[in-house]
Amino acid sequence: MTPTNQQLGAIKTVLFVLCLLPAFLLWRGLEMDALGANPIEALTRATGEWTLRFLLITLTVTPLRKYTGWHWLVRLRRMLGLFAFAYGVTHLLTYVWLDQFFDWQAIAKDILKRPFITVGFAALVLMTPLAATSFNAAIRRLGGRRWQALHRAIYPIAVLGCVHFWWLVKKDITQPLIYAAITATLLGLRAWWREQERRKQLTGGYLPAHGPTGKIIRIFQSH
Amino acid sequence: MLIRRPTDILPSEITVPELYHDRRRFLAQSTALALAAALPAGVARAAGQSLGPLAKSPYSVSETPTSYKAVTTYNNFYELGTDKADPAENTTRLRPAPWTLRVEGLVNKPRTFSIEELLKLAPLEERIYRMRCVEGWSMVIPWVGFPLASLLKLVEPQGSAKYVEFVSHYDKSTMTRGVLDWPYNEGLRIDEARHPLTLLAVGLYGQVLPVQNGAPIRLVVPWKYGFKGAKSLVTLRLTEKQPITAWMKAGPSEYGFYSNVNPEVDHPRWSQATERRIGEFSKRKTLMFNGYADQVASMYTGMDLRRFF
Repeated sequence: MTPTNQQLGAIKTVLFVLCLLPAFLLWRGLEMDALGANPIEALTRATGEWTLRFLLITLTVTPLRKYTGWHWLVRLRRMLGLFAFAYGVTHLLTYVWLDQFFDWQAIAKDILKRPFITVGFAALVLMTPLAATSFNAAIRRLGGRRWQALHRAIYPIAVLGCVHFWWLVKKDITQPLIYAAITATLLGLRAWWREQERRKQLTGGYLPAHGPTGKIIRIFQSH
Repeated sequence: MLIRRPTDILPSEITVPELYHDRRRFLAQSTALALAAALPAGVARAAGQSLGPLAKSPYSVSETPTSYKAVTTYNNFYELGTDKADPAENTTRLRPAPWTLRVEGLVNKPRTFSIEELLKLAPLEERIYRMRCVEGWSMVIPWVGFPLASLLKLVEPQGSAKYVEFVSHYDKSTMTRGVLDWPYNEGLRIDEARHPLTLLAVGLYGQVLPVQNGAPIRLVVPWKYGFKGAKSLVTLRLTEKQPITAWMKAGPSEYGFYSNVNPEVDHPRWSQATERRIGEFSKRKTLMFNGYADQVASMYTGMDLRRFF
């Protein structure tokens, strides 16, 4: 199943609207005072969770592609990754503006002294070069291999995101545990593929020539 | 995003929650009254029912109380769920009637009180207190209750009693499992327990205490972090040894026995210097002993409050 370019365009549009939906609902909730007694906390929490969710959705693209054979899914990955970054920036803005109200001294102290904030901030800083090199020209300029190496930074970013969530929770770690388990699965899969690949090369001595793993796909549309 | 800073609305122009909750309250009360007429006395004590005329207290603060809605829909009561919106949604997990409170341990007259006896034990007062949560938010709550000291006097603590342990109701079949070591317990030094600010609350906003806020009877210690105020109390135990509380067991490096509000002693993971008053946009500075230093600081003279956090 491979959609035509036109169909893919339609899929992307729908996905774009879907990705904006949480932001829209939060905005409405804020305007209608429907975010509970502590709307700033609710907003901080929600934008943070959506950042983590989008990171994990982005990390799901490759396994999904491998197991379904739907290679076109990779064409949606950039948008998902950029949404993760956008929600992350909103999360930071909520903290800087609404929570701390630009109290730079307090913010600097928080980043240095509070491990959970240090880790969260580091994750967002690491996301920035990925967002900045997400357009086609940057991929061409860096070259596929280097670009890919850089974008593997999403693995530590996802881990930092989970740690950030885990450390801020007072006691009930159920939620961060769920995110951590999903992250572990997604990263574990990749480690396992690597190991299989290594063994194959050791024993068989041949490179995988066919099958979904070996297929070369373009990750962007060249014009 | 459009966040307006508070405009210059005069406090006198703000509709008090009592007024804007009136319609719902009328409905709730008329239902409660109808029930009360049908049931024997003492059984129909439900949240929302008025507690009658209350004595005003010199210990009340003059700050504007947090809305009834916020007080009753945003709080921690882990037995009813660990999200702050959970307790209000899970009120059926706790039946506040019938109810008894056992006072035992190092006392001359150990005794089990029914909730009806507790309500008549001392004149009910309204106490408008600040409430500072360890998580960094705060409220102003008009509690209804009586000083814990009045109850302690009745049971005659022995000279060897140095601490009071408070134990909350716990029902494994309906309440949260795990997270903390149940039942929830808290503790105070005997002088803290006898302090006139220390309250046993049976209501808020002039009405019977809602289940989510710790019905039918709970502890309120306004100069300490909110979690010291154990809810839905079933046992008070006077002891010689300092009790080990649920939060001390859960995180000994993060939660100490005293847990006095102190802007200078941070929680290991976050600052305690400021707080967000629910309903306000800007954060405010947290006050030493939550603003009750004049009344309580003398109990801690000579103590290293960093060590005894």
